[in-house]
Amino acid sequence: MTKTGFVVANLFRKKTRTILTVLSVIMAFLLFGLLQSLNSIFSSGADFIGATRLVTQARVSFTTALPLSMVPKLEGVPGVARVAYSQWFGGVWQENTQLFTFAVDPQRYHDAYPEWVMPEEQWKEFANTRTAMIAGKNLADKYGWKVGQKIPISSNIYPQKNGSKSWAFDLVGIFDGKDESWRKQTNQVFINHDYFDEANQFGKGRTNFYFLKLAPGADAAAVTKTVDGMFENSPDETKTQTEKDFNLSFVKQIGDIGLIVRWILFAVFFTLLLVVGNTMAQSVRERVPELAVLKTLGFTDGSVLGFVLAEAVALCLVGGVIGLALATLLGAMVEKGTGGQFQLNVNGLIWVIGIATIVLMSMAVGLLPALRARRLKIVDALAGR
Amino acid sequence: MSESMVQIRSVTKSYERGKQKVEVLHGLSLEIPKGDFVALMGPSGSGKTTLLNLIGGLDQPTSGEISVGGSRIDQLSSGQLANWRAHHVGFVFQFYNLMPVLTAEANVELPLLLTRLSAAQRKKNVAVALQVVGLSDRARHKPRELSGGQEQRVAIARALVSDPQLLVCDEPTGDLDRKTADEILGLLQVLNREHGKTIVMVTHDPKAAEFARRTLHLEKGQLLEQVAA
Repeated sequence: MTKTGFVVANLFRKKTRTILTVLSVIMAFLLFGLLQSLNSIFSSGADFIGATRLVTQARVSFTTALPLSMVPKLEGVPGVARVAYSQWFGGVWQENTQLFTFAVDPQRYHDAYPEWVMPEEQWKEFANTRTAMIAGKNLADKYGWKVGQKIPISSNIYPQKNGSKSWAFDLVGIFDGKDESWRKQTNQVFINHDYFDEANQFGKGRTNFYFLKLAPGADAAAVTKTVDGMFENSPDETKTQTEKDFNLSFVKQIGDIGLIVRWILFAVFFTLLLVVGNTMAQSVRERVPELAVLKTLGFTDGSVLGFVLAEAVALCLVGGVIGLALATLLGAMVEKGTGGQFQLNVNGLIWVIGIATIVLMSMAVGLLPALRARRLKIVDALAGR
Repeated sequence: MSESMVQIRSVTKSYERGKQKVEVLHGLSLEIPKGDFVALMGPSGSGKTTLLNLIGGLDQPTSGEISVGGSRIDQLSSGQLANWRAHHVGFVFQFYNLMPVLTAEANVELPLLLTRLSAAQRKKNVAVALQVVGLSDRARHKPRELSGGQEQRVAIARALVSDPQLLVCDEPTGDLDRKTADEILGLLQVLNREHGKTIVMVTHDPKAAEFARRTLHLEKGQLLEQVAA
């Protein structure tokens, strides 16, 4: 037997309690790993490396529309190969099912997003039919839509000129994604912007977003700077960002993600401190006579303190490392599952912070019981006082 | 048996009980030669266990001198005293005080973790200690799988394994039936007579005291008389 063996044997004195405690530590560090990586996604600065498209919206908010007159100006920016635009329609299917419906210019959108795959004749039909709509394959499969059907969709924002919020569209195509990650996103509907622009009651010639397809080798950061500089101090100031940041900005509408993450982690670790701290305190309380016997045999106060602290460290370390490893695994699975769209990467820095947290937590939960063990007076402890 | 193992001179011991100061031992002096087997008897509260704790270095006197095996243990710090206990004294308790999570052999090995012995040497010493107490065949059993008598034998093996010259036993048969108690006392007698261990044993049981070479009676913190066995 070794001193380590003695610590391990003591940990398994009450197997169920130890296993439950380790499980709670695993859960806490699993959450820690995932939430920290989530936080790092939202707190990271703009990354233009590898960007092939940029998104331009009104600087104030994406709900403020920009004029279509910007199109030629944007097309004139060096490095921009094609400009597409999109308008949020606020589609509702049947009673109250929200549909991700966007009004787009079919040809421009097709050129900017070759990732959407659909027969060319259907793209042409989409461009040539005013009331046309195309739907993603997932959505079409879900509702059993077939090409040629007339699909009634209401808008919870835009009434027609006659005041009705009910619109009807001709389904002329069903698009799919070019690969697994894009196929997962085929839950959207696109309608013809020209028709929407003419028929809606609220104004004309405006759109929410511009998608700038970059020319090969274009400097994304420079294009961003040029575009936003071009409209600075105009009534329609813009904010241009990468597609990835644009997608994240929707989630950021929920609130300060960093703050939310910090509060969740605070609650998790506070609860964990109570759970593990209580386990350690109970474990020491139960074996006061045994600790006194250790001292009787010649183990110093420091050694006894070391034994108790080692138990706390072992509990937290085993649970913490398993939790972080699971978070790394899950993060990689999420990243793979979303085709890299959601990079839940539990990186080295998160591991370093995690290990530091494990050490701090071990001290926090182990130190008081360990000090109690250290202070035990042999004579009193053996006499049960 | 002329050389002293334990020399106690004018020892007093007081405890604080709340706001009260209680003096348990009043200027007690005692000498125990090497190789002696002493039974300490007396009514509850007479100071037997307090005296045993002082001899075993578990507690420090309020005043007076205590020498054990030539070391002035009343002058040692807490850390030095722990180190001294590890090498010079073995303890046997009434309720055995074994570690329930460890096997018999691991319990016996525990004091050896404080030495520089190799794992192989520790294993050898443990085997010898268990053989001396007649429990070689129960080495892999945990305390809950042993009878009271067997548990106490393991505790004696643990006390012996680092080969101390002094064994202090606090009511070692207090939790055992007569037959088992006699076996344990017989074992202590063998350790005293054949292995030369000096034994100081606290007991309430006059029959147990008969196994000792002599009996000391304590009353109200003072020695009354010595009775040779």
